[in-house]
Amino acid sequence: MAGKYWNEQIETMELSDMKKLQSERLVKQVKHVWDNVPYYRKKMEEKGVTPDDIHGVEDLYKLPFLSKADLRDSYPYGLLAEPLSECVRIQSTSGTTGKRVVAFYTQNDVDMWEDCVARAITAAGGTKEDVVQVAYGYGLFTGGAGLHGGSHKVGCLTLPMSSGNTERQIQFMQDLGSTILCCTPSYAAYIGETLHEMGLTPDDIKLKAGIFGAEPWTEEMRSEIEKSLGIKAYDIYGLTETSGPGVAFECEEQSGMHINEDNFIAEIIDPDTGEVLPEGSKGELVFTSITKEAFPLLRYRTRDICVLSRKKCSCGRTLVKMTKPMGRSDDMLIIKGVNVFPSQIETVLIKDFKATPNYQIIVDRIGTTDTFEIKIELSDDMFSDTIKDISTLEKKLSADIQQILGIKAKITLVEPKTIPRSEGKAVRVIDKRKLV
Amino acid sequence: MTVKQLSVFVENRPGRLCAVTEALAESGINIRAVSIADTKDFGIMRIIVNDTDKAVEVLKEKSFIASAANVIAVIADDKPGSMASIMKTLYNDNISVEYMYAAFLNTQKGEACLILRVDNNEAAEVALKEAGCRLLTEEDIAQI
Repeated sequence: MAGKYWNEQIETMELSDMKKLQSERLVKQVKHVWDNVPYYRKKMEEKGVTPDDIHGVEDLYKLPFLSKADLRDSYPYGLLAEPLSECVRIQSTSGTTGKRVVAFYTQNDVDMWEDCVARAITAAGGTKEDVVQVAYGYGLFTGGAGLHGGSHKVGCLTLPMSSGNTERQIQFMQDLGSTILCCTPSYAAYIGETLHEMGLTPDDIKLKAGIFGAEPWTEEMRSEIEKSLGIKAYDIYGLTETSGPGVAFECEEQSGMHINEDNFIAEIIDPDTGEVLPEGSKGELVFTSITKEAFPLLRYRTRDICVLSRKKCSCGRTLVKMTKPMGRSDDMLIIKGVNVFPSQIETVLIKDFKATPNYQIIVDRIGTTDTFEIKIELSDDMFSDTIKDISTLEKKLSADIQQILGIKAKITLVEPKTIPRSEGKAVRVIDKRKLV
Repeated sequence: MTVKQLSVFVENRPGRLCAVTEALAESGINIRAVSIADTKDFGIMRIIVNDTDKAVEVLKEKSFIASAANVIAVIADDKPGSMASIMKTLYNDNISVEYMYAAFLNTQKGEACLILRVDNNEAAEVALKEAGCRLLTEEDIAQI
């Protein structure tokens, strides 16, 4: 069937050919990094590896890992492999300070990224006849830029709505006949709810598919969204470190995401030992970018826990499939699509209180929206006999948290010794969302 | 001439007021006046007791957040207009009231007591005394 694949040759490539392609690209990429990224070269030297040791994908395990800490240490230019004059774009993770990641793109990198997204849009049934409404946030966040670029590449009529102003989103769907919606799953669910609140039904809009990512979501959420908007909902996966959304995408089978492994080699490792695990094992996902020029990460530890599978897919694609992330091997939380580390919250508390009070992060999902609460045990220093002073403190905390994380948290001050401790240690995070 | 007031942070959940007052009761502390300022999640209990320092100590031992602050306790005659005149006195001297509540009423003497938290205790004392108001002392409170 014409138009089923964006790049049929790659997407249905025999495994042996794919390994060959990956090997060629890996060898070249390792040399590129060795020559241009002293930070990684040093890591290789420390491990006693040189580009001469890498002959193909079978040698990948010899290379050292990169972690988010490496990205922080080398911020902003330490992992850059091309002169800035060759770079045309910067994108960044959602956090405005703290553990931010800044990624650079050459024109080829942007083209590759958009090509990956084009595959995802095509797999969701998109062609140049479609009207794609991009309701991901635009800006440094890769969601808006990624889907926007991919939609252009396919030749779809692209509506750069960004997120928010939900009634206008629905108005545009009605007036301009949007057929594919791209946003976070929680926003899609919210749009669905709003549609019904406005007295409309899926028959009043022309949407047929949705491509949703950037945060964890469940099968229950998928069926809810599909019903409320009258669409088929596809998952998309990616991270700023490797490019953005489109590293992996779902096909009509909706049973895991095909990884664009001509660009990204995926491995599953034991997060504790770093040992590579056989196919089908649950472990931490590691990516090696083999085509990126400006910001080529080798063996980047995503901290996402999932399973890879090469089981034959009914869609005809031979690209390896990953399950939805089943959790994290670090303490990162994804709340409302934003990456949150408890240590970022600690930074704010230390700044505002000059000490670390006992605190607890409580995340839940009411309907389809994440709730985010921070309970803080009040101390003598923070106490005042006037409500005004305590409210001022709460407001300052709330503003500082929003400044750091980009999302709002409900601040609840509680009495001392009321936050449960296990074996004397406070339980920092309670995630009540049942996401897997 | 101020009196000490006990302030306690209480979460807005069942049993907290009970816990505070029981802790005071166990230590033989008598409550002379009480008010609660409430928000959605928490409240601040403000209490006039016969021994504030002991009350703070007792509550802290039980992991409450408690502190003492100086407030003005002024006697108002139990008749129309007496509170208005106190307010006018403070207003005329540009003294701002953060919060206030009424305490024990001595019906026999025809007197009420207002507890005032103001932005400037010294100025309020001077103004109220000049206006002929009677202010209570720590000793007065302890002896009631």
